[in-house]
Amino acid sequence: MAYQQAQEPFRFHTRLHLSELTGLRAATLAQLLALIKQVPGSSIYHHTHRFLQQHQYLSPEPPNDFAYWVTEVLGEDELGERLASIDIIQYPTIRALRDKIALTIEDYLKNSAFAKLKFSRSGEEFHFMKSVSFVLPTGYSVIDLKEFAAALRKITIDSIYFHIFEARLRLERGGNDFSNWIANSLGDRELGDRISGLDPYTQTLENLRAALIRIVEQRIGA
Amino acid sequence: MALIKEYIPIVGQSIVDDLQLLADKLRGKTIQHINSTAVGGGVAEILNRMVPLLQELGVDTRWDLIKGGEQFFEVTKKFHNALHGRPETVTGHDFDIFMETSLKNIAEVNISGNIVFVHDPQPIALVNKRSDNKWIWRCHIDVSGPNQRVWKFLKDFIDKYDSAVFSSPEFSPQLPIRQFLIPPSIDPLSDKNRQLPQETIDAVLRKYSITKDKPILTQISRFDRLKDPLGVIAAYQQVKRYIDCQLILAGGTASDDPEGLKVLEEVKAEAENDRDIHILLLPQNDIEVNALQWASTVIIQKSLKEGFGLTVSEGLWKAKPVVASNVGGIPLQIKHKYSGLLCHSVDGAAFAIKQLLNSPDYARKLGENGKEHVRNNFLLTRHLRDYMLLFLSLYHGEDVVYL
Repeated sequence: MAYQQAQEPFRFHTRLHLSELTGLRAATLAQLLALIKQVPGSSIYHHTHRFLQQHQYLSPEPPNDFAYWVTEVLGEDELGERLASIDIIQYPTIRALRDKIALTIEDYLKNSAFAKLKFSRSGEEFHFMKSVSFVLPTGYSVIDLKEFAAALRKITIDSIYFHIFEARLRLERGGNDFSNWIANSLGDRELGDRISGLDPYTQTLENLRAALIRIVEQRIGA
Repeated sequence: MALIKEYIPIVGQSIVDDLQLLADKLRGKTIQHINSTAVGGGVAEILNRMVPLLQELGVDTRWDLIKGGEQFFEVTKKFHNALHGRPETVTGHDFDIFMETSLKNIAEVNISGNIVFVHDPQPIALVNKRSDNKWIWRCHIDVSGPNQRVWKFLKDFIDKYDSAVFSSPEFSPQLPIRQFLIPPSIDPLSDKNRQLPQETIDAVLRKYSITKDKPILTQISRFDRLKDPLGVIAAYQQVKRYIDCQLILAGGTASDDPEGLKVLEEVKAEAENDRDIHILLLPQNDIEVNALQWASTVIIQKSLKEGFGLTVSEGLWKAKPVVASNVGGIPLQIKHKYSGLLCHSVDGAAFAIKQLLNSPDYARKLGENGKEHVRNNFLLTRHLRDYMLLFLSLYHGEDVVYL
C-alpha cells in the first residue's frame, strides 16, 4: 500500500544536555522570586524541564524544581501545588512561563505573611542552573507516516524530547516538530492537531512514545 | 579493563551510539588530563577507567602527572582540608612551597593538549603556561564553605581557565568563567558494582556470621566522625525495639589516621553487647563490599557532611531502598520519597528505616526507581558523555549548540 508522501522528509534530531552552574542561590521565597525574574531563560527552562529527562522512568512525574524545593525544603505545600500544576503547554515561550511562575509566587506571598519568614536550612538553598543543549542529527529520515511510525519505535527518548519539548518552548517553533511536519509537509492537519493535543507533561517519555505510535498507526490503519 | 561495547547491555545501544557521535565531533582535538597521582584516590580511579574508554571511542586522550616532593604534598593536603572547611593553619611559607614546586612543573610538564583538563588544586598553577589552547579546572572537592585565604589564592588561577567543573551545585561559587555541573559516577562493571553470583554473596555472609533470617541494615563508610557511625547505631537501636534486625558497619580506616582508629574504638564499644551489630574492617575489598550491599535490606548513609557520597549510587544501583542524609551530593542521587528517603537526624533515619521495613512494596518501588535514576544519571557512560559535551562547549558559547 502506498502512503501519502511529504513535501520534505522529516529528519530526526537528538538533543544532549550539559548543566551549567550560575553560582546564584536562594534561601527564601523572596530571593527565589527575585532570581526567577533575573536569570536567563535557559535557567527557567532547565528547572521546569530537567525532571522530564532525569526522572523519565517515573510515573507520575515528579514536579518541576521550583515546586519540589518550595514543598520539600520550605514546607509550603500549597504554593508547591500551585507551581506543580502550572500547565506549561499553555505557554508558548519561556518568557511567558517565567512570568506565570513569578506571578504565582507573588500572589502567594501577598496572602501568606509567614511564608516570607521561612529560610531553607544551610546547604538546602535553591541553586540556579542553566541547560546547554547540543543538537545532533540522527540517521533517521522519513518521508511518509509508515516510515514515521517505524522510526518512532527506534529513536531515543532524547530525540522525542527534542522534537516535542525543546522545539516548542525553547526554540519557539510554534508547536512541536511532529505536528508541524504532519500538518504542513504531509498536509494532514487533523492528525497534526491530535498530536498537538497531547499533554506531554503528565506522562513519561516512554508513554509519550507509545501514545504517538498509537495515534499515527490508527491513522494509517496499521 | 572493560570495553565500551560491554556497557551496551546495561545502558542500551543508543547511549553508546550517542557517545560515538560525540567522539566523532572531537576528531582532531587532543585532550590532556593532568593530576598529581596515577594510583590511589578517586581522581586516579576515574581516569584509569575513563582514559582508555575515550581512546577506544577515538578521542585522542593523554594523561600526565605533575611532580612534587613531600613538603609540596603536605601543603596540598592542608589546602584540601582547608577547602573542606576544616580548621587548618596555612602560612605564607606554605604558599611559597606550593609556588616553588608549581614553577618547576610549569617548566617541566609538556603541555600538548588542545584541551588541557586539570584535576584538583595540586596542578592548578599550570594554567600560567596557557597559550591559545583551552583549559578546564575540575574541582573534585566540597568547596561549599572553604577557608577564604586558600580559596582566594586558588581563585587567581581559576579565573585564568576557560571553564570550571564542580560535582554538586552546592559547591558552585560565583566565578567570572563558565562553570558546569558534572557529578561523579560509578562503573557498573567494576568489582564494587557488578552483579555477583548468589554463592559469592552467601559466602561473604557466612564469613562474617551474618544471618539471612532477619533484615540487614548496612552503612558502607570509612570510620570517620563525618560519616556518623554512632548515629547509625543509635538509629538501629531505635528500630530494633520494634523490628528484629541486624546492622553492618563496614569500611576501612587508614592506619596513619589516629582519629579514624579512635572512632573505630568508640563504635566497637557502643556495639559491644549486641551480637547483631557487625563491625567489619574492609579496606579495598570491593567484592565483599559489593556482596554486603546486595545482601542488605536497607542501605544507610547517615553522613554529617559528604563530598558526593557515591555509596548512595552504589546502593541504589543494587535496587536497594536507601536512607541517607540530605547533605552534599546525596540529594542529587535521592529525590525524597521518589528514589529513596532523606533524613536530617537519628530519629528521622530510624523512622525512615522502620517505614521501609514495614512496607516492603514501598521499599521495593523506591529501590527500583533509584536503580533507574542511577542508570540514567550516575553511570560511567553519562560521565563520559558529559566530559565530551564539556570539551565541545569550549568551542561554543551559546545555550543551544547545533553540532
